[in-house]
Amino acid sequence: MKRRTILAAGVAALALATGGAFADGHAKTKVGFIYVGPIGDGGWTYEHDKGRLAVEAEFGDKVETVYQENVPEGADAERAITQMALQGADIIFTTSFGYMDPTNAVAAKFPDVKFEHATGYKRETPNVSTYSARFYEGRAIQGHIAGKMTKTNKIGYIASFPIPEVIRGINSAYIHAKKVNPDVEFNIIWAYTWFDPAKEADAATALIEQGADVILQHTDSTAPQAAAQKAEGVITFGQASDMGEYAPLPRVSSIIDDWAPYYIARVGAVMDGTWESTDTWDGIGPGMVAIGEISDAVPADVKAEALAMKDALADGSYHAFTGPLNKQDGTPWLAEGETASDGDLAGMSFYVEGLTAEIPN
Amino acid sequence: MITLEKRPEPSRFWSWATPVLAVLLTMVAGGAMFAALGKDPVEAIRTIFWDPLFGEFAFYYRGQLLVKAGPLILIAIGLSMGFRAGIWNIGAEGQYIIGAICGAALGLAFYPFDSFIVFPLMVLAGALGGFLWAMIPGILRVKFNTNEILVSLLLVYVAEFILASMALGALKNPDGAGFPGSRNFRSYPSGFNEEIIAGTGLHWGVVAAFIAVIFAYVLFARHQMGFQIKLAGQAPRAARFGGVNPSRLILFCLGMSGALAGLAGLFEVSGPAGQVSIDFNVGYGFTAIIVAFLGRLHPVGILLAGLLLALTYIGGEAAQSSLGLPAAAIQAFQGMLLFFLLAVDVLTNFRFRFGKREVV
Repeated sequence: MKRRTILAAGVAALALATGGAFADGHAKTKVGFIYVGPIGDGGWTYEHDKGRLAVEAEFGDKVETVYQENVPEGADAERAITQMALQGADIIFTTSFGYMDPTNAVAAKFPDVKFEHATGYKRETPNVSTYSARFYEGRAIQGHIAGKMTKTNKIGYIASFPIPEVIRGINSAYIHAKKVNPDVEFNIIWAYTWFDPAKEADAATALIEQGADVILQHTDSTAPQAAAQKAEGVITFGQASDMGEYAPLPRVSSIIDDWAPYYIARVGAVMDGTWESTDTWDGIGPGMVAIGEISDAVPADVKAEALAMKDALADGSYHAFTGPLNKQDGTPWLAEGETASDGDLAGMSFYVEGLTAEIPN
Repeated sequence: MITLEKRPEPSRFWSWATPVLAVLLTMVAGGAMFAALGKDPVEAIRTIFWDPLFGEFAFYYRGQLLVKAGPLILIAIGLSMGFRAGIWNIGAEGQYIIGAICGAALGLAFYPFDSFIVFPLMVLAGALGGFLWAMIPGILRVKFNTNEILVSLLLVYVAEFILASMALGALKNPDGAGFPGSRNFRSYPSGFNEEIIAGTGLHWGVVAAFIAVIFAYVLFARHQMGFQIKLAGQAPRAARFGGVNPSRLILFCLGMSGALAGLAGLFEVSGPAGQVSIDFNVGYGFTAIIVAFLGRLHPVGILLAGLLLALTYIGGEAAQSSLGLPAAAIQAFQGMLLFFLLAVDVLTNFRFRFGKREVV
């Protein structure tokens, strides 16, 4: 409490000293980004940075963007975010789940700065928004292709942290793989990192050695793609970004996060003063999730089915979690034809029936 | 012809002057690198070394400097005792984690009980956790003569797994909607490591670090144990004849460094970090090894080295966001600092001779 007042007093003094229109007197809108990995990761952070560049392209000299890479999730994040707010950012996008508490803590000290936290659920003050994409819709398509393409019936999954977002992805991919291939098995490795190319490559190699011929990843680097490329007959999917340099094999398709329209809209809202705290969760329909080119390595009929599913997900005629579905322990979850509520999905902490692994705890 | 000649004994002047020289050389070489990246080198160096101390936002950065340096100094002081005696605890990171878990677990067990006694008990639990974790390599070394470098290092990975398991299981926030990570101590004032003077960054961990510096200084300068540590490091045989009990020394040094690392973990988890999370540890235990050597294993040196390293971290982050320098360039810059420190260290033990080697 006390620290808050002192910091706020300092900021207020600063605002007084410089005086002026934008609360602290600058003409350009300053937009900050906090990244969990390097912008060259080729995946998650790379796509967020593409969003940043799109903001620059859209608004030209009216904006100034700043970013910081490789910010650890924890005490250091709070400093990095505070630093940006002090340097006069008007809106700050914090692009990893682990920035949730730090983002809210800093937001409480800077009521005039807008904060946008990706993939979290806490909005403790009116200057915090959250946003995320329905990646699980892409996972459904991935699962379908994977189930059709696997010859060993073993699918390897490199997971990051056991949070609902990741568990949702595993469930969605499994449900749709199982639907087209009842013999399919998922082998899941938890890497406990978002970005660590060496660990991710090790995980991919281990899964391949255990017989997996499809590798799905929920980590940010292209290392699993490179590891799969070395093995014979293994397919992968680009994660977060297209990872098109690994097409047509091993990468047969991808889930692409397209943050640019959202970032442009939010920065625009700050500029014209219409920004409000919101909770956005968009999927394939609004274009926040895109499916990368399905390569020729996928048979034409499978590709057609995958594209049909994509259209159905986009127009809302199909939901990736449609009953009948049971939880892993056999208790019923969704009845025939019932679809999962957003609340259920947001806090998902269980596997669906058929997955043999356990969620680490 | 330039030759290197070994000094009869290490130069006192150069042992203090080399760190300064290394910082200057780093500024020159780092400046050249920043210039090659198309940034103004003077502005970059100023952003890293000057702005956090005296710039526009120094009121915030100075406090952060203490927050960052506190755990580094606390751990490095503990490590320096062992390093002086030739006892190599490389696993401070693990002791840091276990200290944090033990202290936090005790605090969370009391939740929501409100009393001033909670935090002191957490501090004790943190120190005890780190101490016990360091006793594993200690006792193995004393009883079975295992290598404490390997044992302590490998126990870091064990500690990381325990940390993940705690964040996902036993210590998970029951009100956290299934997300990993413990309750945040910010919402539990009795267990929160609050800043002592608001806005200064001065929390109990920083105070503990200063106390540790003074304690270590007195130990080395005045106390029998400090003398034994120095003796064991410089002349192991003489130490044995002089009545130094090597087992006791090993357990003392490892236990002390473990307890201090555990304290650092507890102060961090209950303060700046706020919660037990899967990736709570960010490498303070390893960076502290650098701090210990950068400070010449001397308490005052470690104090300065900890502050210097914290400055490069904080200034480096500021340079990233305000000048657009890539994170890798900042890491390279920090690497240069260590490289030059080791490189110019040669001046302490050797001197240059110009001209022909004298024939005896």
